[in-house]
Amino acid sequence: MGVLRFIEKNLDQVLFLSSEHIFMVGLSLIIGTAIGVPLGILITKKVNLAKRVINSANIIMTVPSIALFGLMMPILALIGEGLGKVPAIVALVLYSQLPIIRNTYVAIKNVPTSVRDAGKGMGMSKWELLREVEIPIAMPVIIAGLRTAAVMNIGIAAIAAYIGAGGLGVYIQQGIDRVYPEMIISGALLVSLFAILIDGLMAGVEYLLTPKGIRLEKMLAR
Amino acid sequence: MRKLSLKLPNMILLSMAFASGVALERSGTIVFWTDPYNYPELMRLLFQHLYLVAISMAIATIAGLAIGIAMTRPSLRRYCGVVMYIVGLGQTIPSLAVLALVMSFLGIGTKPAIFALTVYSILPIARNTLAGIKSVPLSILDAARGMGMRSAEILLNVELPLAMKVILTGFRVALVINIGTATLAYLIGAGGMGDWIFSGINMMMTDKLLAGAIPVTIMALLADFLVELLSVALVSKGLRLTEE
Repeated sequence: MGVLRFIEKNLDQVLFLSSEHIFMVGLSLIIGTAIGVPLGILITKKVNLAKRVINSANIIMTVPSIALFGLMMPILALIGEGLGKVPAIVALVLYSQLPIIRNTYVAIKNVPTSVRDAGKGMGMSKWELLREVEIPIAMPVIIAGLRTAAVMNIGIAAIAAYIGAGGLGVYIQQGIDRVYPEMIISGALLVSLFAILIDGLMAGVEYLLTPKGIRLEKMLAR
Repeated sequence: MRKLSLKLPNMILLSMAFASGVALERSGTIVFWTDPYNYPELMRLLFQHLYLVAISMAIATIAGLAIGIAMTRPSLRRYCGVVMYIVGLGQTIPSLAVLALVMSFLGIGTKPAIFALTVYSILPIARNTLAGIKSVPLSILDAARGMGMRSAEILLNVELPLAMKVILTGFRVALVINIGTATLAYLIGAGGMGDWIFSGINMMMTDKLLAGAIPVTIMALLADFLVELLSVALVSKGLRLTEE
């Protein structure tokens, strides 16, 4: 019960740290989507680029998060941003690239040729085909990629507390340093709840953005 | 022109390798590594890190495979959905939170760290084992049964080989996450390469920071690559051919 009392007593700070966390994750996802989705669409048209782009994103994903912060610090220190929110958001954007690019690529690649041909037969231009046919059909999978990225970024943003980016990880960091179990547990629980909540929320978005026809098809397939 | 575009990525890679070498030298990282006081420390931390990863991965692989296989047996199949749900939920919990929670209940040191790493690594392995075995086509299972195979034989000779690729993907994900999370294990007093990274950040010592971050990165990339090699050895030839 000490945990609940701790949260109640520090409600203002909890809300502030949560908003910092949401800000970091949200901004990185917006930037990540703005880079990743167009890139994913682009590499469906240029196949020889696809492997290289996905492999590079895969390599970034493999680098442990705290090591990536470490590797970026001296580089970003050149522009005076070695610590704080900037390196955290840069890292989060980099990490979000693999799920976003891969899912966009796979989803658009998997649009059935028959559907694409039908669109072409109706006289759609390439741009129309992309906007009216390919993206709507690919939408659920693209959102699934965003969901993976969001959940992962929440976890990494917690680690970013160690490079002074703030967020809910601050409670875990300071709790460990001060040997203050209530603080550690409330930090860990809040971050976990946040991740689970966002996961559920994105699942709902995924459902809502699935075209009705595909939703019906999935239901019938069961 | 075409030749140039083929050569360009390699040239970029080469110049990046060169630049990072210069950066390593300038930041004093190489001097830091070869320092007679730091070198044994590097070896000790590397060993600690590998020890954490090896023990936790060994336990997690056995447990994950066992859970995955058990959940596909007919007698337990009805719990499959529940277990999948719990595993999926567990994976959304951030690694730092898992470590922090384990620390506040079990205390500090190597054992709690190994416990946390193990629990966290079981999830992808169990999930992929389950998914891999479930994706084996019914027709193949029927054929095996028609040949008079017992269920243990079907598992060993049909289901596991066919699911091997997916299982190995889960293993790879678990291993890479494990190496990254073992870096955080320093925070709960288990040592490992995280020692230099976190000290480097706290003391603003770029050389120490890089001296810790680079080995961890190489370790993770190497592990990723080795599991890929392993999958060439373990996945049957026919499956690999149909992939291509």
